Amino acid sequence: MNATPMHFVPSRDFKARARAALDDPKLRSSFRGAMDFLQTKRRAQFPDDDELQHLPDLLVQLEENLTARGVHVHWAETAAEANEIIHGIVQTHDAKRVIKGKSMASEEIELNHYLEARGIDCIESDMGEYIVQLAHEKPSHIVMPAIHKTKADIAGLFEQHIPDTRYTEDVDELIQTGRRALRRAFVDADIGLSGVNFAAADTGTLWLVENEGNGRLSTTVPDVHIAIMGMEKVVEKLSHIVPLSSLLTRSATGQAITTYFNLITGPRREGERDGPREMHVVLLDNGRTQAYADEQLRATLQCIRCGACMNHCPVYTRIGGHAYGTTYPGPIGKIISPHLLGLEETADLPTASSLCGACGEVCPVRIPIPELLVRLRTEANRDPHEVVAHPLRGQGAKFSREEQFVWRFWSGAFAHPRAYKVLRWAATRLRAFAPKHQMGWTRHREPLKPAARSLHDLMRERGQPE
Amino acid sequence: MNARERMLGRLRAAAPAQVSGDELERLDQRIDLHYDSRRAALPTHALVESMQAALTASHAEVSRATDRTWPALIAQRLRDANVKRLLLDTSRAEGAALKQALPASVATRHYDQPIENWKGELFDTIDAGFTVARSGLASTGTLIVAPDAGSPRTMSLVPPLHIALVYAHSLHADLHAAMRAEHWQAGMPTNLVMISGPSKTSDIQQTLAYGAHGPRELWVVIVEHQTDAAAATDGDAA
Repeated sequence: MNATPMHFVPSRDFKARARAALDDPKLRSSFRGAMDFLQTKRRAQFPDDDELQHLPDLLVQLEENLTARGVHVHWAETAAEANEIIHGIVQTHDAKRVIKGKSMASEEIELNHYLEARGIDCIESDMGEYIVQLAHEKPSHIVMPAIHKTKADIAGLFEQHIPDTRYTEDVDELIQTGRRALRRAFVDADIGLSGVNFAAADTGTLWLVENEGNGRLSTTVPDVHIAIMGMEKVVEKLSHIVPLSSLLTRSATGQAITTYFNLITGPRREGERDGPREMHVVLLDNGRTQAYADEQLRATLQCIRCGACMNHCPVYTRIGGHAYGTTYPGPIGKIISPHLLGLEETADLPTASSLCGACGEVCPVRIPIPELLVRLRTEANRDPHEVVAHPLRGQGAKFSREEQFVWRFWSGAFAHPRAYKVLRWAATRLRAFAPKHQMGWTRHREPLKPAARSLHDLMRERGQPE
Repeated sequence: MNARERMLGRLRAAAPAQVSGDELERLDQRIDLHYDSRRAALPTHALVESMQAALTASHAEVSRATDRTWPALIAQRLRDANVKRLLLDTSRAEGAALKQALPASVATRHYDQPIENWKGELFDTIDAGFTVARSGLASTGTLIVAPDAGSPRTMSLVPPLHIALVYAHSLHADLHAAMRAEHWQAGMPTNLVMISGPSKTSDIQQTLAYGAHGPRELWVVIVEHQTDAAAATDGDAA
């Protein structure tokens, strides 16, 4: 480059200068080196704190500290096992009525269904969950379960199902109706069941986040409290939950803090006058260890269930939560469900994304959701017989020999100039033979046809070298 | 092999090499640095103002009083609100002081027996519960309530009105500061609740409504010592 002082220069010469820069290997290598250096430096300033690295130790520590405070700890490998454990506790107490605080883990194992089939009354007490239960539906959003219902829908439901209730679309009145309907349920319940937002291994504390107070009532008024948690919810120290809880509330509903943070460390102690006399914690695997086994997929377990990814997802916004058919909808559902249910059942979910990247961008715990979606697509299309280090349940659920053949042919043609040339020649000369019906494409669009001349031909005509 | 061993076995097979103690310490330091560097050292009266503003924004009714005036203030408000039965803990000085200031129209009830003996009465007949917060978080307008034998968990939860006293000198800037100053890691009570307003929900068509399942109303009285309050007023005047 010349030695005269540099000034700002007209941009119309940009292309020429870019070409010159590209032809200067020394310049390219110093920029590459400098950028790599700065990227690494920046990365070090924003590290990922991977507490998941010592998940097994944390679980053992949590178990010890819970047990020391008189909490019964149960380990459930599958949804069926978790249901059996909870049903067992219910039977021990000859309990008939269970009041539930919001718990996605209990939705995941379909606990209500299981208990109701065995004659146990299971009442959801979160307003949204209660509405969904009255309508015999499932939550359509992990934070706001009844987001698909209008107030007119809810007014109709309440009028129909709750005695002495008139039709009204006044939201305050509707909430007061819900309050009245559920008040007695808290008093009458034999067992309270809740989820867990975070569990601190060092103090054996369960940290529950809510706005309504139903979580506090469910975990305080009945004589027995059962908490069910995904095994990834444990963190090393209580103090580490301070930033996590703040990320959760700000990402979920835009609140600096929710109305209640309810920190539970063991059942009622001698001399105390309320709180459950007996407490159980169920640690749920249900496919989580499969995600944990693979270093890339392990990031799935960082999720704090804030729902920000679905709130920003163009697909979720258009189809809503029910279309996914899984407990967790939206982007988080697409990356967690294959582990919970296997790829046979869920192979289409990771494809329901344009990979626009919004979910990864808003994720407060920086789960690289788009990368995981691509990875799950790869696993779904992998030869089912291929032996890999960490096989996923349902590997190859979308595998098709025809498709594999087309891709292999395609990449072969692109890797070998001579083959590509032949293909190019054939495509441009035989374009008239392009099929008129091209599967899904021609349902709404004109059929595709190769151009009469290839890009290479056009460039050659303009005197550009190939 | 049972479920526990199988689950732990799968995790251990995948878990990377042991994380060093240094790494964990670095994480603690980073959390501390994050909060410490963003926190201004505020004098008590500024914490009080922040607490009041945040709680008011969350739909709580906040008053300020001195350690001499608060019982009369609450008594007056209870009379105005037509509260008939108040649950309080007279074994605490504050409970006793409030009881003494109450008008005849307000009957008091002491939480003197386990909940199962009087669940129905508690749910159906108590209008208000009075508790003293252990401390507060000024930045978010949060009461830290640690229930005990005299003021059990349901006292701040079941009655439709919760009245909380919080001392100005007990306020922390934020949760991180509170947890450190109060040594939470050294041992937690069976229940510790952070309360930032009356119970609420937006579950019906994203419309905010109060009084979902917990108290419909939250009154908070921030108590400043006579001398502190005077100093703050002087400071404002200057």
